[in-house]
Amino acid sequence: MPRNVRPRSAVRVGSPFTGLAPVFMKELADHLSSIRMMVLTLFVIVFGAFPVASSLQQLKSAASAVSTLGSSEVFLFLRIFTIEPEQVQIPFFAALNFIIPLMAIGLGFDSVNSEFNRRTLSRVLSQPIYRDALLLGKFLAGLTTLAVALVALWLIVLGSGLVLLGIPPTGSEVARALGFLVVAIAYGGVWLAVAMLFSVIFRSTATSALCALGLWLFFFIIWPQLGPAIAIALAPSEIRNLDQYVGVQEMGLLLMRLSPGTLFTEAVLALLSPETRSLGFVLPMQMRGAIPGAPLSFDQSLLLIWPQVTGLIASMIVVFAAAYVVFQRQEVRA
Amino acid sequence: MADNVIEARGLSKFYGTQRAVDAIDLDIRRGEIFGLLGPNGAGKTTAILMMLGLTDISGGSVEVLGYNPVREPLEVKRRVGYLPDSVGFYDHLTARENLVYTARLLGIPRSQTGRRIMEAMESVQLADVVDKRVATYSRGMRQRLGIAEIVMKKAEVAILDEPTSGLDPHATVELLEMIRGLKRMGVAVLLSSHLLDRVQSVCDRVALFNKGRIALMGTVVELANKVLGAGHPLLVEASGTDVVAALRGIEGVQRVMPDGEGAWRVFADRDVRAAAAQRIVSSGGSLTRLADLQPSLEEVYTRYFQDVRHAA
Repeated sequence: MPRNVRPRSAVRVGSPFTGLAPVFMKELADHLSSIRMMVLTLFVIVFGAFPVASSLQQLKSAASAVSTLGSSEVFLFLRIFTIEPEQVQIPFFAALNFIIPLMAIGLGFDSVNSEFNRRTLSRVLSQPIYRDALLLGKFLAGLTTLAVALVALWLIVLGSGLVLLGIPPTGSEVARALGFLVVAIAYGGVWLAVAMLFSVIFRSTATSALCALGLWLFFFIIWPQLGPAIAIALAPSEIRNLDQYVGVQEMGLLLMRLSPGTLFTEAVLALLSPETRSLGFVLPMQMRGAIPGAPLSFDQSLLLIWPQVTGLIASMIVVFAAAYVVFQRQEVRA
Repeated sequence: MADNVIEARGLSKFYGTQRAVDAIDLDIRRGEIFGLLGPNGAGKTTAILMMLGLTDISGGSVEVLGYNPVREPLEVKRRVGYLPDSVGFYDHLTARENLVYTARLLGIPRSQTGRRIMEAMESVQLADVVDKRVATYSRGMRQRLGIAEIVMKKAEVAILDEPTSGLDPHATVELLEMIRGLKRMGVAVLLSSHLLDRVQSVCDRVALFNKGRIALMGTVVELANKVLGAGHPLLVEASGTDVVAALRGIEGVQRVMPDGEGAWRVFADRDVRAAAAQRIVSSGGSLTRLADLQPSLEEVYTRYFQDVRHAA
């Protein structure tokens, strides 16, 4: 009997990526043709284009002033993303900080449990693919969909800026704006992984959506208050020297950075406001010798946000890995 | 040995201390239809999932077409078609799009996909609705689409989990005919069910599952002999004479039991139909019915589980 010849081992045979491409293509097609995608696009337009339109109006007057001065050091183009328009009070990047998680959750909250509820999961898994390919294919398709939406939005902003301001962006502005796009996609990846984790854990799509949205609201509304409160609670009752003070401040910052939104905001600020010199806590004496308002070069800004970007990508991978482990251990039967 | 497509030896699955499947031995031969029968929760689906490598094996071994589903699930799943209990398809896609997705997952060359899908859909008589969305399909049509998927896959083994559950009688008959069609294509079919009379008509061999164990295995006649006792049961309907006395006098008759008004059930160790007819008519009675009772799986099943409960 051949069974006795073969070594009995737990190592499985065959590539985990078998079937990845078909899963990816199908999920992508589903996303792009779905009504949900249209709703999300509407979201993006309302929440993204509105701040941009009002900031552009404000910048238009500034642009004429700049063109007479002839200065290229003001990064007028990047201001589209960061300026706080008078009518809306939300800069574009802050609006993105808010809607990217919503889009990602919208794309991912039912990715696995809907297959389960439609009873397609066991049929698909009885085809020659591993669960790895199914989960990764779904994740990559979601991320690609998100990226498509963000690139479209980004191009619209850039294009309308070009038309309305009448000043072409400089090379470093384009590089920074591209960096912004990459950070935004990574940020979306984190929330997509979170949404997929919940879609693996909960069999009910409503529960999974509720949990993902709950986490999102927690990080947006509660955490900004709770983080500093915890830092203060943990602080020594009496601060005796500067080191202790810095310690408390850094603890607060560390807690805030547990939220992916904080990482995104910091990275985007450093990229889009080149004059940002530090994202941590800085004492006035450490700023001695610095020229206030002088911009950093692009590579220096990149160096500054490296930990934030690494943090975003790492948390995306960690959350995805958690979803993967849960999914592997799950029974496929009803 | 080479003719076995599935070989399970001591196959077990434990959930904690509960034994869902308890050391079953099973051989499925090439080209046969094998029925896994048993009450809900007897471990049929778990056994099937282990054969497909879709759930871990707690003990023992199983080999499907010479492959180990734990180590080589892709090889197993490439050759085995699976129709889960109340199969689902993507409702927003057409039947063709659903099958194209499966074909891509299977790695069927694009040039062949269209032809193979149409052939499969024709074999289950769904060719005319291939471009309709699956949302418009009835339950029976979905099951047939599941069979079409197996046909398109050119599977060597088809595993069907409760294929007829929830179908109306007409759809059930149609589906069973398609299962016979799979057999004609040389596919070995393993099906699980609790619809006994239907299963009886298609299965070459059956295994009776109870509490994770195979209680009985063999052809329907073998099982009947084992559970109901060997012999030729008869149903006699007659009047106008002392039927019981007449029947008791026949050589070979072991028992005569009343079975409703004017009807008796006769157990004999040989075929006594001719003698019974002669006896009743010659004694002045009128014989209205004389039927050879085929051993029914339902009877076997009911009797077996009755006995098990009594023994417990």
